[in-house]
Amino acid sequence: MPEELTINGPDNMLLNMGPQHPSTHGVIRFVLETDGEVVAKATPVVGYLHRGVEKIATELTYSQFMPISDRLDYVASMCGNLAWCEAVERMAGIEVPRRAQFLRVIAAELNRISSHLVAVGSFCNDVGGVTPLVVALREREAINDILELLSGARLTYNYMRLGGVSRDMSDKCRQDTAAFLDHFPPALDEFNRLITYNKIFIKRLADIAVVTQEEAKAYGLNGPNLRGSGIRFDLRRNDPYSVYPELDFEIPVGEGFAGQVGDCYDRYMVRINEMYESVKIVRQCLEMMPDGELTSKVARVLKIKAGERYTRTESARGEMGIYIVSKGDKTPYRVRVRTSSYSALSIFEKLSPGLMIADLVAVIGSFDIVAPEIDR
Amino acid sequence: MTAEEIYRHGLERIPAGTLGELAAEAVQPWVTVTPASLLDVLTVFRDDPALAFECLDCLTVTDIMDEGQMEVVYHLYSYKHQHLFVVKSRTGRDEPQVPSVTGLWPAADWYEREQYDMFGVRFTGHPNLTRLFLPDEWVGHPMRLDWKEGETALGIPTSRPDPLVKKDAEAGGGADA
Amino acid sequence: MGYTPLNLPSNVITTRVDAVLNWGRANSIWYMLFGLACCGIELMQTGGPRADLDRFGSVFRSTPRQSDLMIVAGTVTYKMAERVRRLYEQMAEPRYVIAMGSCANCGGWLQKSYAVVKGVDLIVPVDLYLPGCPPRPESLTEGILELQKKIRRENFITK
Repeated sequence: MPEELTINGPDNMLLNMGPQHPSTHGVIRFVLETDGEVVAKATPVVGYLHRGVEKIATELTYSQFMPISDRLDYVASMCGNLAWCEAVERMAGIEVPRRAQFLRVIAAELNRISSHLVAVGSFCNDVGGVTPLVVALREREAINDILELLSGARLTYNYMRLGGVSRDMSDKCRQDTAAFLDHFPPALDEFNRLITYNKIFIKRLADIAVVTQEEAKAYGLNGPNLRGSGIRFDLRRNDPYSVYPELDFEIPVGEGFAGQVGDCYDRYMVRINEMYESVKIVRQCLEMMPDGELTSKVARVLKIKAGERYTRTESARGEMGIYIVSKGDKTPYRVRVRTSSYSALSIFEKLSPGLMIADLVAVIGSFDIVAPEIDR
Repeated sequence: MTAEEIYRHGLERIPAGTLGELAAEAVQPWVTVTPASLLDVLTVFRDDPALAFECLDCLTVTDIMDEGQMEVVYHLYSYKHQHLFVVKSRTGRDEPQVPSVTGLWPAADWYEREQYDMFGVRFTGHPNLTRLFLPDEWVGHPMRLDWKEGETALGIPTSRPDPLVKKDAEAGGGADA
Repeated sequence: MGYTPLNLPSNVITTRVDAVLNWGRANSIWYMLFGLACCGIELMQTGGPRADLDRFGSVFRSTPRQSDLMIVAGTVTYKMAERVRRLYEQMAEPRYVIAMGSCANCGGWLQKSYAVVKGVDLIVPVDLYLPGCPPRPESLTEGILELQKKIRRENFITK
C-alpha cells in the first residue's frame, strides 16, 4: 500500500479529527489526508490547550509556581512537582532532608503507576476494549486514595514544597500503601491476562508505527517512547536525582515482544513493565525511609542569584526539563518547560503515511499523549 | 566529557574566531555563536564522533529587552556519551533572525515554530514557519516583554467583570461605571 | 402523577405531559465526552467504576448530536472557544451546560494568562457552575443531581 500512496493526489480526502474526539486524549486536532482507508498524511494541529504557563511563571515567585507545576501534566502531577522542586533546589543549592526525599520518590512512583494505568487503559479503550479501561481505573482509584491520604487531593496534589514535602505519611497511609503493593502486581497480572496477551490486541499493535532508534533520538523522543525503541535510557539512572541512585530497579526497554523493536506493542509493554518496577521502588523506599525532618529551612520568598540551569527529571511520560533563567529577583526571568508528549506528537507527521485510520488511533494511544503537556 | 573538554574539542575542529568564549563560571557553561556561523558550529557538534550530539533536547528563546537582544539557547544532548552542552546565539530584538536547524535535528521543527509563535523570531530556512499554539489570526507575540493584552482577543473579552466591584458600585449609587 | 379518580382500569395513571417528559429527560442526561484539561480526568473517573454516573442514567456520548449535556471540563482557550460554541450549537435542544472547575467558571488560576477565556459563560450560556480545581467526582455527581432538579421544574407544553 505505501508504495502506491499519493500525497496531494486529486482523489484524496481531507478529514478533520478533533479537537473534540474521544481518542485524541485531550484537545488535539489531526488533519488527515486519506487515500481511501489509508492515511497519506496526518498533520497534528496543537495549541487548543495552550495556557501560557511559561509567561505566568515569570510573574510568580518560585514557591507560587508549585501548584501550577501540578497542572503541567495533570495525569502525573507528582512528577511535575518533583521536576520543579529539583530545578529550583539545584539552582538555589537547597538541601532536602532524607525523609522528604523518600516521600517524594514514593509519591512520584505511585503517581507514575497511576499515570501508566490511564495510559494503558485508555489505549485499550481506543483500540476497542472497554473493560481494560474500567479495570485500570479501578486500580487507579486505589492509588488516588493513597495519595489523597498523603496530600489531601485526588488529582492535583501540590504535595511538595521547596526543600521538602508538605506533610508526613500517616500510619494508615503507610499500611494502605503496603497493602496496595501486595495487591497490585497480581492485579496487573490479571490485567495482562485480560488484554496484554490477547491475540487480537497483539495483531492490532505489532509492527505498527515502528520508530527506529535514530528517529527516536533525532525527534527527541523521551521516556517510555524512547525506551520502546530499544534505547536503555532513563534519567532516574543515567542522570540521577533525589535518592534514585540508592534504589535497585530495572529499566525495561522494547525488545520486539511481538514484532519489530519500536512498534506500538513495545511502547505498550514498556509501560506495563515499568509499573512492576515502580512497585519495587516504592517497596524499597518504604523500608529504607528514615525518620526525620520534612522540610529544610527555605526563605518564604526565595531569591536565586543570577544564573541559569536546565534540569531534567524523568516524569511519567518521559523527560521533563525545566530551564530557569534568574536575574536575582524573587521571580524567575524566563522559565521554559520541555516535555515529552510534545516531541512524541512532532514525530507524527513522519510516522503517519501508510497507516490505516484505525491504526492512527492506536498510535496516538501508544505514545501516551496528554494535551497540556504539549501545549502548556 | 565536561563542558570544558567539549569546548576545547570543538575549538580544534571549528575555524578560529567562530566559537565565542566559554562562560565557564556558570553551572552549565555555554558558548556564544553568531547567527551566521551557527549552522556550521552545530553541524560539527552533531557529526563529530567524539561529541555526537544526536539530540536537540531543548530550544529556548529569551527576550533580553534591556539589551535589545533575543537570545536563542540550544540544549544539546548526546545519548552516546551522555553529556549535555549549551550553545547560545544572539540576534537583534527588532527583527530577530537566526538560521533554522531543522536540517540537523527534525525535532527543531516544532521548537522553532513555537518560539516564532511566542517571540516572533524568524528561523530562516524553516520549511513551514507558522504559528504552532496560537490561532493564525492572533496579533503579536505574547511572550515578548513589551506585548500588551488588548480589550478583546478574537472577539472575546479578555477580562471578566469583578462581581465584588460591581456590588460596591451599586451600593454607592453607581457613581461612575 | 397519581391514580385517576375516574372509573378507569387500575393500571392507568394520569399526569401532566410535562411531568412525564421531564421525568424521562431528567433521568437520561447523556453528556458529551468533552474533557478539555485536568477536569477531564475527573470526568472520566466519575464515569468510572466508583462514582458510576450510570446510576443516574447519565452515559457519555462522543458526539454532540446525541447528547443533552455539555460538561465543559477544563480550560477553554481562545483557540478552542470557537469550537466550544460550534459544539454547543450542534447539540439538539433542550441542552444544558455545566461549567466544571475554576477555569471554566472564571479562568481560575489562569486569570492572568494571555490565551485563556475568562469563563466559558462568555461564550455559551451556563446552567450550573461547579467550583473546584478540579471538582471531585462526588461534586460532579451532585451537580448532575442538581441539574435533574432544574430539569424537573421546567415546563414545555404549559408555558
